[in-house]
Amino acid sequence: MNKIKITIDNKPIEVDPGTSLLKAADTVGIKIPTLCYLHLEDLNIENKPGGCRICVVEVAGRRNLAPACATQCLDGMIVRTNTMRVLNARKTVMELILSDHPFDCLICAKSGQCDLQKLAQDLGIREIHYKGEQSHYKEDRSPSIIRDMDKCILCRRCEMMCNDFQTVGALSGINRGFMAVVATAFEQDLVKSPCTYCGQCVAVCPTGALTEVDHTNQIIRLLANPKKTVIVQTAPAVRAALGEEFGLEPGTLVTGKLVSALKQLGFDYVFDTDFAADLTIMEEGTELLKRLTNYLNGDKEESLPILTSCCPAWVNFFEEYFPELNDIPSTARSPQQMFGAIAKTYFADKIGVDRKDLVVVSIMPCLAKKYECQRDEFKVDGNPDVDFSLSTRELAALIKQANIDFLTLPDDDFDSPMGESTGAGVIFGTTGGVIEAAVRTAYELYTGKKLEKIGFEELRGMAGIRQATLDFDGLPINIGIAHGLGNARELLESIKAGTCSFHAIEIMACPGGCIGGGGQPLHHGNSQVIVARQKAIYQEDASKPIRKSHENPYIKKLYDEFLGSPLSEKSHHLLHTRYFDRSKTKVIIKKEQE
Amino acid sequence: METTKLKRVDIIFAMEGIDPIKVVESTIKKDPDTIILEMIDSGLKGRGGAGFPTGLKWKFTRNEDSYDKYVICNADEGEPGTFKDREILDRVPEKVFAGLAICGYTIGAREGFIYLRGEYNFLLPKLNEKLVAFNAGMKKIGLDFTIQMRSGSGAYICGEESALFESMEGKRGEPRNKPPYPTVSGYLGKPTAINNVETLVYAFMISRIGVEKFKEFGTKDSRGSKVFSISGDTPKAGIHELELGMTVQQLVEEFGDGDTKAVQVGGASGGCVPRKLFKDTIIGYEGIPTGGSMMLFNSQRSMYNVLHDYLEFFTEESCGQCTPCRVGCQQLLKGIEAVKRGEKSPSYLDDLKKLARTMKVAAKCGLGQSVANPFVSIVTNFKEEIIY
Repeated sequence: MNKIKITIDNKPIEVDPGTSLLKAADTVGIKIPTLCYLHLEDLNIENKPGGCRICVVEVAGRRNLAPACATQCLDGMIVRTNTMRVLNARKTVMELILSDHPFDCLICAKSGQCDLQKLAQDLGIREIHYKGEQSHYKEDRSPSIIRDMDKCILCRRCEMMCNDFQTVGALSGINRGFMAVVATAFEQDLVKSPCTYCGQCVAVCPTGALTEVDHTNQIIRLLANPKKTVIVQTAPAVRAALGEEFGLEPGTLVTGKLVSALKQLGFDYVFDTDFAADLTIMEEGTELLKRLTNYLNGDKEESLPILTSCCPAWVNFFEEYFPELNDIPSTARSPQQMFGAIAKTYFADKIGVDRKDLVVVSIMPCLAKKYECQRDEFKVDGNPDVDFSLSTRELAALIKQANIDFLTLPDDDFDSPMGESTGAGVIFGTTGGVIEAAVRTAYELYTGKKLEKIGFEELRGMAGIRQATLDFDGLPINIGIAHGLGNARELLESIKAGTCSFHAIEIMACPGGCIGGGGQPLHHGNSQVIVARQKAIYQEDASKPIRKSHENPYIKKLYDEFLGSPLSEKSHHLLHTRYFDRSKTKVIIKKEQE
Repeated sequence: METTKLKRVDIIFAMEGIDPIKVVESTIKKDPDTIILEMIDSGLKGRGGAGFPTGLKWKFTRNEDSYDKYVICNADEGEPGTFKDREILDRVPEKVFAGLAICGYTIGAREGFIYLRGEYNFLLPKLNEKLVAFNAGMKKIGLDFTIQMRSGSGAYICGEESALFESMEGKRGEPRNKPPYPTVSGYLGKPTAINNVETLVYAFMISRIGVEKFKEFGTKDSRGSKVFSISGDTPKAGIHELELGMTVQQLVEEFGDGDTKAVQVGGASGGCVPRKLFKDTIIGYEGIPTGGSMMLFNSQRSMYNVLHDYLEFFTEESCGQCTPCRVGCQQLLKGIEAVKRGEKSPSYLDDLKKLARTMKVAAKCGLGQSVANPFVSIVTNFKEEIIY
């Protein structure tokens, strides 16, 4: 391919055709500031509406300024990124954005992590010359996400994630002119929209317009209450990301410090969701084998593929958009809910605490988990199996508030019995992990043989849709994997159209799986952060002495002492669920027609 | 300075002895490249206001290698003070259709669309009826070309060509990043020639009367004539087809009420010419280009009110996508209100002018970029009226 030669700030550069001015400048150390632009390179996610106009530059021969993010390099271009005209325009644009933005930075949830705040500092804004009106909108509070559109700067990143990447279609630009804002259809509350609470809008919001519902104060109060036994479970993806909140490199595993911190915070027992992930594999893996056997025996009632069901945003998604497929996903509850159900029965009995006095808190990389734990089907007499779900970010805030110096914490171990887990439980945190964990167990149960190689490299990676055929001792098993709901939709549509056939499919709503969840430390547009977390997850798996769920001795004990066997009546009651038609859009359209 | 005398012309609405389908039939006997050369030679420029050479637009679209190409007639006539396209579509729709067909043949498009302003939907039944006959006519003469109507929903921004494509594709009407230009990637991402209603009729008439006849009108830089929408303080409000190249002075002498103090040329997004500049301002691409709107204001009018109206219009009609336009329009509006009320000192107008000039270079599309035209010209020339 012929290279394109251009000059940026008097530096000659050669780039491939199609390269943007922004990327070209970056190769020679010129960092053009951006705001609405977002590029998660490893995940193929890009937002460049050219809307904020912060990245404007001077292109010789062009009458007006050009947005560097959305302007391609053309041979012979002469570009200046820091002329008076550019700096003036950039500052004026920034002043305009700030003129319509609340000034409550000191008490904003995003303070310190806000892209707008940082840019205002970098541009040296000390005064706002224009004092027009400010937009005011009603705060919208859902079980997971808070929308404070007063702080929206119309970067449209959330809209791109919601519509293009997730194909959920909950958020889009509405109204015109100064009244333009990102909102749901008919400006309904988020709870009445098709929102899945995946939280990817929150993960990319550059300001405090989209944040998670904060439960830290409730937790502090409960921890101080001597009448309550407060136990905590931590999801696999949290340990691969929490360190970032304390300045550690992305991909630093902090499992031991995480446990220490939780104990110092005062949790009575510190457990691991990985334990419940192993339990999920026992149930889901057995279910897979049962359905597979039925299918192979010619049972017409049996429909494959089996779809994983541990991702709550994914569950919300198919209940909204594919309710006709409600019988296809595994009935296994997610690890968070399995943990809660076992904790408030088996474990509560063991320590002799009434379930009403036992508080189960989960630390999740996820915002949809906040909604999931409030679902009615996961409550007993109104008492939820999991009382509160906190994001990785909220945990970091709790640790900071408790004056804990995270970096100097010694490593500690999870408590027993629900803190023991295998490598299979750990890899739940990444795309491809759940199905790999399931396959490790299903293979051995189906063939009766021991796996020679535990890692299934063919299931790993970052491609949005992946497929592999595994050899189950002569039986070819077709596995599909999708992360991102748009990719999931594509896969589901091809199943409905009958253009592909799988035995089992893993679906995760967030890019990269839970490691890229909406509750994780903010990646600020750097997808390498998510890639590094994935590496850390596989590293933790490799270091585990036991790497197959069915070999977890505490899981065996749980079945021996309490559940009996996978898919037993007790298991069904405690560890499985059913799905509902929640297609809200249809309901709204129906109402409109009436 | 080459100027012409004010001269009335009758090209657009003339129908006598003209059979549009026959003209298409004889035109498509010519090679497309020949038609393009004729268009370029004629000097016809876009009559929507931007003034891009029509022949070049057709040439660029023709040169694109794509099986699917489109030609679109931009009938989203939303510029305040402009009402010529409505009249053209009402009186001589077949000439518009024929212009589309000639363009379609030239660039290699099999489908044409007319994107009609939402408020003009009352024209739809009649246009659709006439289209059935015209499309049948195209079949008869062996041209693989059909035209369909598309209706807007009342957003000014959808007159911006790329926002118009978005709207046609069923999306929120918002301008795209340019480049790529429509000739490369337009409707459905395919090469698209998008022309104003009036441009298509002139293109048709050039095929009919010949290049030389067309070139007799206008100046070197502004060939031909133009349909003007004259409004405001004038006893002769309405549609007038005039030769290009006259001065504002001549226009005012013909259409003014004897007390004209300013002419807003090109609608709300155009510039305001004060009395002292009438003599030196040519109406044409070498002077002050226009989509045809001429609003005359006499000394009874408050230019503050005029500007205030325009700014209210832009604050509402900005698509809201880019910062300079979304927030800037509102700041300009609130700014002059604050100065008027005395809450801000008159020097604040200089800050606002600076803001308007930033909008001109930093806004994403023509809407935001052109707000500076009325703002700077009115604030500069009628500063006292803004302050007091």
